[in-house]
Amino acid sequence: MVEDRTIGGRIFSIINFTLLALIALITVLPFVHVVAGSFTTSAEIAANKFVLIPKVWSLEAYKFIFSTNTIFKAMGVSIGVTLIGTLFSMLITSLMAYGLSRRDLDGRNVVNFMVVFTMLFHGGMIPTFLVVKELGLIDSYAALILPSAISAFNLIILKNFFQNIPEGLEESAKIDGCNDFGILFKIVLPLSMPAIATISLFYAVTYWNTYMSAILYLDNSAKWPIQVLLRQIVVLASGMDHSSTLDAAVPPPDQTIKMAVIVVATIPILMVYPFLQKHFAKGAMLGSMKG
Amino acid sequence: MQEATAQPGSSPDLEPRVYKTSSELKKRLWRNKLLYVMLIPGVLYFLVFKYIPMYGMIIAFQDYKPYQGITGSDWVGMKHFSRLFTEPDFLNILMNTLILFGMNILIYFPIPIILALMLNEMRGNLFKRLFQTLFYLPHFMSWVIVVSISFVMVTMDGGIINELLAYFGFEKINFLLAPGWFRPMYILQVIWREAGWGTIIYLASIAAIDPGLYEAARMDGAGRLRQVWHITLPAIRGVIITLFILKIGSVLDLGFEHVYLLLNSMNREVAEIIDTYVYTAGLRQGQFSYSTAIGFFKSIVGLIMVVSVNKVSKKMGEEGVY
Repeated sequence: MVEDRTIGGRIFSIINFTLLALIALITVLPFVHVVAGSFTTSAEIAANKFVLIPKVWSLEAYKFIFSTNTIFKAMGVSIGVTLIGTLFSMLITSLMAYGLSRRDLDGRNVVNFMVVFTMLFHGGMIPTFLVVKELGLIDSYAALILPSAISAFNLIILKNFFQNIPEGLEESAKIDGCNDFGILFKIVLPLSMPAIATISLFYAVTYWNTYMSAILYLDNSAKWPIQVLLRQIVVLASGMDHSSTLDAAVPPPDQTIKMAVIVVATIPILMVYPFLQKHFAKGAMLGSMKG
Repeated sequence: MQEATAQPGSSPDLEPRVYKTSSELKKRLWRNKLLYVMLIPGVLYFLVFKYIPMYGMIIAFQDYKPYQGITGSDWVGMKHFSRLFTEPDFLNILMNTLILFGMNILIYFPIPIILALMLNEMRGNLFKRLFQTLFYLPHFMSWVIVVSISFVMVTMDGGIINELLAYFGFEKINFLLAPGWFRPMYILQVIWREAGWGTIIYLASIAAIDPGLYEAARMDGAGRLRQVWHITLPAIRGVIITLFILKIGSVLDLGFEHVYLLLNSMNREVAEIIDTYVYTAGLRQGQFSYSTAIGFFKSIVGLIMVVSVNKVSKKMGEEGVY
């Protein structure tokens, strides 16, 4: 848009900017508070409650949470599930999206409808639980991946993206002797990097944030991913239910320790986000406009 | 491939083709065999984890016993459904769900629209991008992280909010256990996590508006607010309505995790919703059939809502979701 140089326009711009800056502050402050709190001592928190930059820096909380291997183990589970899950989901989602993107495929409308219908109507928690149980997946890491391996929404975004690739490219590859798998992996996927990056991020975030599947399908607490552990340490210990699963004799963890666990559970997203942000803004727009 | 493109008069998409002979169809099917192979894992996924559970919903009409299975359990007709509407517990839960849904529509829904309009009016590109990056970020944090951050902030012993209250001479508040604070906390968390992310789709449709319209409006002497009101807002009306329909469709489907994390024995009266109740009654207490009936009720209501709101919006001359 053209720069607006009237006085009214300038006042409008200043007010608008100020408000947005305030909202941005409100958005990040809670997290900055937690990160800062995790890097200081509990004495510092008790004495000086509302600093955003700690006066005394300390790794005390991190040393404490990594002194036992519970957190390490949970991080390992989450990292493993995220890596394997994302790869697996991307593979079967791309295969299906590519098949559905080909307009000359007979029966694609039936499969399309089958996918879209699951967005409108679903069996619900109990019947899905029973299926997972019948398949013998209870207490296995596969239960964190398989039941949510394809997101219909991601599938549709990817399918729409593939459809926009000029058909001529595929045809000439075919003439050169490429089969459909070759076309997908050598031509379509490399041309779809923004979409692939976006969808991978969505899947990775979902797997990293896995919580519900874990409490539904994992009875064995040794297999818990980091999110479930985070709940145990922060939510249940925050003076909510004294009758709850947490042993009443154990004193609630320190503020700094809770903050450190929150940071540890968030770090991977913070690391991945800046790299993919450019892509996903583009990819998500593409998907949401047509999805 | 060549055959496909050479077919006279057949558009390459959507339109179902009529085949002169079945051998022509067979040829096409065979030529695309690899594409069908590609579809197999995905189709299997949808069948096993989406469609078999839909079939499994018939246990809502049975007294399902895990060791007897679906084929061996007794049929009881509408017993579990009639229990739903006579159980005072359920009516309370339905009310709680509807109240949270109402807050989502009335308080949350307009916020991403306003935020997108504000972002769109920003001239500096650097700050615009910075703000967007910050606004999107919370969406990627799990509900566990969001709830944990707010718990650390509002806890009685050393949480920054309560310390601030004490500093300014107010009484400390036990936000986590006070039933009156459940709903405000819930909606604030929804806004914090989702409002920024919700702007993406509105910003995308604003970007598609013809700049000439603004030019013309400025010639007519329209100020910035008038341009927003008369050009930007009407231009994104279709998107607003579409998202509204989708939102209405999820009336009873608030999501399990968020509320489950906030739920405790003190605020159960206001915080128990359909999803958390299905979990407790179904998996914790083993009432599989009863809680499946609740889930069934929920899914049907959702489907009816989407279909009917979609119809209404089409009658009003708007594009629907489908």
